[in-house]
This record gives sequence, C-alpha cells and structure tokens, in this order.
Amino acid sequence: MIEVENLTKSFGDVQVLKGITTSFEKGKTNLIIGQSGSGKTVFMKCLLGLMVPDKGTISYDGRMFSKLTVKEKRNLRQDMGMVFQGSALFDSMTVEENVMFPMDMFTHQSRSEMEDRVNIVLKRVNLIDANKKYPAEISGGMQKRVAIARAIVMNPKYLFCDEPNSGLDPKTAILIDNLIQEITKEFDIITVINSHDMNSVMEIGEKIIFLQHGIKEWEGTKNEIFKTNNEAVTNFVYSSELFKKVRQMYIEERD
Amino acid sequence: MNYISSIGSYSIMVWEVFKKPTKWSIMKSLILKEIDELIYGSMGIVIFISVFIGGVVAIQTALNLTNPLIPKDLIGFATRQSVILEFAPTFTSIIMAGKVGSYITSSIGTMRVTEQIDALEVMGVNSLNYLVFPKIIAMLFYPFVIAISMYVGIFGGLIANSLGNYSTSTEFIQGIQLDFIPFHVTYSFIKSVVFAFIIATIPSFHGYYMEGGALDVGKASTTSFVWTSVVIIISNFVLTQLLLG
Repeated sequence: MIEVENLTKSFGDVQVLKGITTSFEKGKTNLIIGQSGSGKTVFMKCLLGLMVPDKGTISYDGRMFSKLTVKEKRNLRQDMGMVFQGSALFDSMTVEENVMFPMDMFTHQSRSEMEDRVNIVLKRVNLIDANKKYPAEISGGMQKRVAIARAIVMNPKYLFCDEPNSGLDPKTAILIDNLIQEITKEFDIITVINSHDMNSVMEIGEKIIFLQHGIKEWEGTKNEIFKTNNEAVTNFVYSSELFKKVRQMYIEERD
Repeated sequence: MNYISSIGSYSIMVWEVFKKPTKWSIMKSLILKEIDELIYGSMGIVIFISVFIGGVVAIQTALNLTNPLIPKDLIGFATRQSVILEFAPTFTSIIMAGKVGSYITSSIGTMRVTEQIDALEVMGVNSLNYLVFPKIIAMLFYPFVIAISMYVGIFGGLIANSLGNYSTSTEFIQGIQLDFIPFHVTYSFIKSVVFAFIIATIPSFHGYYMEGGALDVGKASTTSFVWTSVVIIISNFVLTQLLLG
C-alpha cells in the first residue's frame, strides 16, 4: 500500500499541494483527476520521488521514502514503473531496446533471456512485429503500449501513469485503459493514474481522488461519483452534455 | 546572484556526474557512440577550418613582411607559432563549442522536454552519469583533434605560401623548424584538455537544467554556445598566464 500523509508542496509563493492525505491499495487502479493546474502532475512527481515535498510523508509498504538511504531509494525505484504522458521513449533506441533498457541496466541476464522477456511483455501489450522499429516509426497508441511494456518489464510493484491516453482516439484510449487495468489485476500491483479523461474514470476508476487547487476535494469509487453531491466534482466530471445525460439516466434508473 | 547560483548548480552537476556509475557494459557502448559523434564527426569541419586558417596566417604574415632584411623563413615560423599556440587549440574550440556544444545542449534538452530524463530517474538511473560522463570521456580524445588541426593548419600555410609564391617551400619548412620549443605543444594540449571538459560540461548543464518546450531548446543552445565561448576565452587567458607567463 502507498500511504500519503499531509503532502504539501510549494513553488515560491504558490502552494501547489495543500496537505493531501490518501492511500492507494494493491490490485486497484487509482485515478487522480482534476483540472489542469490542480496539482496532479506535481502530486505524481512527489510520489515518484522526482520532487521533494515541503511537508508530509509518502510510505511504500511501510517504507517511508524520505527516510530511505540512496541505495534503498534506488532499489525502491526498481519496483516502480512509469508511463509518461508523452511516452518518453528513448528516440535513439528501437522498441526492443527501449523495453530491454531497465533489464540491461539492472540485471545480469543474458541477451537471449532479455529478448525472451521483451517478447513476452510486448505480446502482453499486443504489440508484435515492432521490435526493430524506432519510436518515430510507430503510432502514438503503439508508443503508449511500448511505454507500458517498458514499465512492466521488471515486474514492478507500483505502476504510475501520467495521462496514459492523452492524444489518443477514443477506441485506442479505451484499449490502453483496459490494458492497464488487466495488468493491475494480473500482476496484483498498485496502479496510480493521472487523468482528466472521463471515459477512464467511468471505465477503470476503482478509486478516484479529485484534486482542486491543490486540495483533495473528494475521494471515492466510480459508482460513488454518480451519487455524489459535491458541487466541484459534479461540475468537473459532468461538464459535458453527454455525461450530464448519463448521470441523469443513472439517477432516474436508481429512483 | 543568478550567476553565482548557476556556478553552484554547475559544480553540483559535475559532482553528480561522477557519482553512482552506470553499468560498464552499457557505458562502454555509450562512450564509443559519443567518440563517433563528438570526435570523429567533427574531424571534417576541423580539418577544413584548419587548412584555411593556416593558409590565411601564412598569407597575412607574408604580405606584412615588406622589409627585405627580414628572412623569408619567418612566414613558416609565424604560421607554426600562431597555429600551435592559438589557432589550433582556441579557435578550433570555439568552433567545437558551436558544433558539438549545440548538439549536446539540444540532445539533452530534447530529452528533458520529452521527459526521457525523468524516465531515467524513475528507473533509478543516475541520469547525469548516463548522459554526461560518456561525453566527458569522449572529449578526452580532443587533443588528438587538436594535433590533427595543428598539422593540417601548418600544411595549409605551406600550400598557401607555395601557391602565392611568397617564399620557397624549403624556406617555409626551415621556418617551421626554427627555434622550436616542445613545451608549446604541451601547453596547447593542456589547454585543449581543459577546453574539452568545458565543451562537454557547460552545454550539458544548459541542456539538463532547461525548462520549457521546443523553442526553449533552441534558446538553451544559443545560451550554451555564448557561455562555453566566454569560459573558453577566459580560461585561455588564465592558462596562458599560468603556463607561459
């Protein structure tokens, strides 16, 4: 379990995160939602240790990140997988080399062992015949799948995804969402996803945290989000006509 | 105040580069790749510039020797001294600050913008060691580039001298051999090692700590070229005073 306690982060005079307390459980897809500038990315960067919070603590299965030694932090990072918004694949490497990179860096496996593992993982994300291609030669959806493959190749305990379906068409976005959820269940890992895609919320939001102006405004499941009367959440989630109608239908059906 | 802060950040960056090394099997291939990119890839432009600079120095010297009492072998002597002491190490380094420096800043800056550096950090890789260390090691071969620049520069002077009929080839070669002080070559190589470190690290600093988008990568490249050139020129002055003064 990842436990966050009173997390606070400021840049100059601007307080971006204001005392966030929450937890993320194993085997669940946890979504952090909120408008642009609500502090989602900073929150995730603090979780990943890419930013140091001003106040508060983050614990990974009881290990408090700030109290770990450099070596312990390095070991913990090897338990983390991250899918970046823009995929962040290494341009100079092929798909295969990108996925192989963490193994090449941290394990002493032979080349053939690593290739076997890469093929298994690429097959898992439904990406075949792309091993020798460069990131620039494949589509955005395929790049996202390569990024997921790279994130899970080391069997991480914690998977973080920053806007995993941004810039993708709705069909591919749903495929990516479902893939992340399947992987979460299959490997029994903790998955934390930053998103402002409402389709994702409805599809895979087993736990949803709504941030507004750096404050945790609401927390619940995808079923609870239909029932909530929190004005900030409903204004954000049901801002489109489509979702307003969906909610109306849900309420009518329930009544 | 900003300058002091930047110098501090630069020093911390250099310190971090040498901490927590990357696995040797990976580092080896990165170093070879950088040698190919930074050293071998720069040979063409360095040779081209050196030939013409050597030629221009020879012509300028010859045209200024109007007194018949001054021996003609001075053309070769002046060309050798100018090329070995200044043109090969310093002028070439300014060119390399533009060519290699902007490549380093833009490649690392693009990695920063596209979150590839964050990806390395999340994986637990010391991104500074992974990205900057191979460049520093590759640039240790820079004195070889300078040695070639010296040779080709003097050769350019010889060609220009012969084509312009300013003196005979024999007189020019006699001039090259006149009062030769081997320490001048050592001085030049010492300078080139210092310049190599500057060319590898200052552009890396500007690329690594850049913020913003694609446009800012271009701005960072320009800033990095300016600062690399400034530091090369200042350190050239200091080293000359220390080694020859």
